[in-house]
Amino acid sequence: MTFAEATRIVTARLHNERSWTISSYLAAGGYQGLRRALTMTPKEIHDQVNTANILGRGGAGFEAGRKWGMLRQAHPVYLTINGDESEPATFKDHALIEGDPHQLIEGAVIAAYVIGAAQVFIFVRGEFPLAIERLQAALNEAYDYGAVGANIFSSRFSVDVVVHPGAGAYICGEETALLESLEGKRGYPRIKPPFFPAVMGLYGAPTIVNNVETVSNLPWVVLNGGESFAALGEGRSKGTKLLALAGHVKRPGNYELEWAKVTFRDLIFDRSLGGGIRDDNELKAIIPGGVSSPWIGPEHLDVSLSNEAIAGIGSMAGSGSVIPMDHTTCMVRAAWRIVRFFHRESCGQCTPCREGGGWLEKILERIEMGQGRESDLDLLMDVCDNISPGVSWPPAQTTICVLGPSMPPSIASGMSRFRDEYLAHIREGRCPFPPDRLPRRLARV
Amino acid sequence: MARLNPDNLAHAEELIALYPQRRSALIPILHLLQEQDGYLSEDGMAHVAELVGLEPVEVRGTASFYDMFHFEPVGRYLVAVCTNIACMLQGAYRLLEHAEETLGVAPGGTTADGMFTLEDAECLALCGNAPCVTVNWRFFGDLSLQDFDKLVEDLRSGRLDGEVPAHGTLSRVRRRQGLKAVSAGASPSDEAALPHDSQLGPDAPEASGKGPDLPIPGTQLDLSTYRSTTATAVVDAAHMESSK
Repeated sequence: MTFAEATRIVTARLHNERSWTISSYLAAGGYQGLRRALTMTPKEIHDQVNTANILGRGGAGFEAGRKWGMLRQAHPVYLTINGDESEPATFKDHALIEGDPHQLIEGAVIAAYVIGAAQVFIFVRGEFPLAIERLQAALNEAYDYGAVGANIFSSRFSVDVVVHPGAGAYICGEETALLESLEGKRGYPRIKPPFFPAVMGLYGAPTIVNNVETVSNLPWVVLNGGESFAALGEGRSKGTKLLALAGHVKRPGNYELEWAKVTFRDLIFDRSLGGGIRDDNELKAIIPGGVSSPWIGPEHLDVSLSNEAIAGIGSMAGSGSVIPMDHTTCMVRAAWRIVRFFHRESCGQCTPCREGGGWLEKILERIEMGQGRESDLDLLMDVCDNISPGVSWPPAQTTICVLGPSMPPSIASGMSRFRDEYLAHIREGRCPFPPDRLPRRLARV
Repeated sequence: MARLNPDNLAHAEELIALYPQRRSALIPILHLLQEQDGYLSEDGMAHVAELVGLEPVEVRGTASFYDMFHFEPVGRYLVAVCTNIACMLQGAYRLLEHAEETLGVAPGGTTADGMFTLEDAECLALCGNAPCVTVNWRFFGDLSLQDFDKLVEDLRSGRLDGEVPAHGTLSRVRRRQGLKAVSAGASPSDEAALPHDSQLGPDAPEASGKGPDLPIPGTQLDLSTYRSTTATAVVDAAHMESSK
């Protein structure tokens, strides 16, 4: 079977004409999962989801069924869908909300039925106005159709769904920051414990926070059964995964593929997928799972894209975004841009992240500009060590959330692979790569 | 600029009713205020504070956390050039430099005619179409330098008015049903934790006082914009070619 013929669960309808409308969705079998779900007990569905072993698709990979099982029994409980996708080079949820909003609504109502949610909030990143418009239009249609609201499909189950726009803050993808933001506050991650919103979440009530892709799988799982889902994939990585491929490939895009059955080589070089490195250049390094993950090299091309396999080589699958970089890429500049991002997006609560991020960005900028010193390499690692003691993987944490500890991996993994390149910048007094545009004139944070 | 106008005030009250606590409506209402005035004015924020039961300083203190909110007028078009890693690898800084030269302003600056404000943005999640730009957060991907010039020309001439509403407009689609929140204080029911009809708002289309959401008056917009390629950049890269 070629990759093009692989089973598609969440992207099956994305190329249909006007895929975001209810007529298109119903013509493709939409809302059958919810109809079936309402004939089952919440426990029966929960069992199917446990059998399916759906790992959370937001990046942490926590089993959705297990998360639901941790819900503190109380009234009310809330369901919140995390559609605040902002991890650099991750663009899968964006496509799912814009392209198939009814699937998301259907999945969310199924999840709400299982956990007995009083209300559902779909938090959509503010920078996605088209996604917000299509989702709101779809929600209006879903109410008219009877799939949301009172006595859904004449069952005794009722739930309201609200589309809630964000306003531009990467940190609101962190679930406790998301809840703060949903309460109308600054998006500050909450101090743990309590570790889980399932115990104390929105307004202090037990709250389940699920990712867009995670719940988008639910209609299919209900219709086809947890076992069919678990028959796809391998190990803990079941079902399919929507992989966001960006960077130096010929055919960047989102690819839904059977999980754990694809290697980096397949994804990057297969003609039906990435199609190879641009201009047939040489592959230099890969960022395997979002910019928080340690970089890997061409020697890892045959590693499978599963949670376990990538963890086995000291990195992570994260949100499923893969960024190959070719031999023309300056590793200092790449690390600088990633650290600059985290520094800009630091919420400022914790000193190691707020201050350390600025230090790291400035030191990397100085090296890139040809004004670095050899002692800067130790200084970088020293600052990294203050943010994440030991600079190991998985990272230790001195901060409330994992944003700070997401900075060291690009520096540490980049420097261990390309130390010579860092030194060349310092010794030659300039960046050895063609100037794209150096950071000199950029506005300060 | 001033307080929310009567229509937006009514809309704000609808938004407040959606949430178990008034403050939760703060950010959606601030978007509404920004849609009305193009930015968040002091008077406007004071009005919003009254509505959600906060002090004005708390509203400002919250709003200032979020990048999308502006406290001073910006151009009619907010041009955000993504320079994050995926776009940088595809020449985003060259594009940003070109944008600065074309518009004659640095990131953060607004052109003298008040048409454009330029921003150096973080990842906009259109990485399959790098380098990308958003104008008032509407997407334009795979931009060459020439494409950028064409975009600016189209915006100036008003050719993209239907696709790109004025700065601040988040959603042109208004909620029609389910207009009331489930109160957090509602007493637990005897039969499981499922909410009952009485806890839910009326499914009354007329409650919003607004007509149907589609099509948008004055435009041919039916949300199938050919410019925003996100939804077609999936799985089959050939689609990306045809949608350009």
